[in-house]
Amino acid sequence: MTAYVVPILFVIVLVVSFLKKKDAYSYFIDGSRSAVDLMISVFPYLMTIMMCVELFRATGVSEAVAGFVSPISRLLGFPEQLTELLLLRPLSGAGSLSILDNIYSTYGTDTYIGRCASVIYGSSETVFYVSAIYLSRSKTKKLRYALPVALISTLIGCVIGCALLRIM
Amino acid sequence: MNKIWLIMLLASLITALIKDPSLAISSLITGATNSVSLAMELVAVYGVWLGFFALLEKTGVSDVIAKLLRPLIRFLFKGSSDKAQKYVSMNMSANLIGLGNAATPMGISAVNLLGDEMESANSNIIMLVVISATSLQILPTTVISMRAAHGSANAADFLLPCIIATVASTVIGVALVKILSKIFPDEKRKL
Repeated sequence: MTAYVVPILFVIVLVVSFLKKKDAYSYFIDGSRSAVDLMISVFPYLMTIMMCVELFRATGVSEAVAGFVSPISRLLGFPEQLTELLLLRPLSGAGSLSILDNIYSTYGTDTYIGRCASVIYGSSETVFYVSAIYLSRSKTKKLRYALPVALISTLIGCVIGCALLRIM
Repeated sequence: MNKIWLIMLLASLITALIKDPSLAISSLITGATNSVSLAMELVAVYGVWLGFFALLEKTGVSDVIAKLLRPLIRFLFKGSSDKAQKYVSMNMSANLIGLGNAATPMGISAVNLLGDEMESANSNIIMLVVISATSLQILPTTVISMRAAHGSANAADFLLPCIIATVASTVIGVALVKILSKIFPDEKRKL
């Protein structure tokens, strides 16, 4: 369904600009021109996070931390094999995707662990990354209670999702 | 973020020093290299979407989308300008259909328009960040295709709990922001 939305909108936009005799070509160029500027302000945030997450995983610290907090995640109803995914999901999209891939290869996609991992990855976002990038061009730098609220809500959502998996 | 980054990096570096010091530089460079290739990819993605959004805006189609979402956005973002609401509606619709990368440029513009040049975020900015960060995506296409690639018997089998989880997280997030913005009012501009 969603695959249709963008092409249809694109056709509508092009037809409208044709009917209104507007210069769609130069509008599009003006729009895409800002992509490079945008990346210049976003890139430092991207690099700083990804560099840190890479080292965090490569040194095995993330696995150690996951082992340490796994009793808490078990208490919340998650299989303990998923603790590292829960920890890294808010930090890095690429990092947590490779963990997800690993989980699928090790435990299979249709086991409880595999399905629970699917819910965790599919229902959440890279919280830290989104909040850093969204503020990257703003004078506002202090997010006050935004991060704790986003993290706690995401965690509650995942707890609900994984609990529902047991009965569905 | 500062503290989390500091602790993560410090712990990793100390571990690297004990286990295998050569790991430090190679991993830092690998991470940075990955971010450069991601950035290259994202420039292309942003270029397409920003061009597309410019067309949406100039032809007035974005106003139609904004009008559809207006009642909801007025409730969520009290006292925001029409222009800010337009970017918020673009951001939310892109997030909904799973185009997180297309939503990013709109979100950045929306933050600038919702902001008041204060150092501390006001409740509207916090609302936007929480809504985006709790994921609005209805159809997690990446997960579905990855499950299919791993030979899942039913790749879409987790969808219903997943959708409930993501809706629950966003609703809880919005409710918490509404409550907390009453308890901790926005900083007022000093005259």
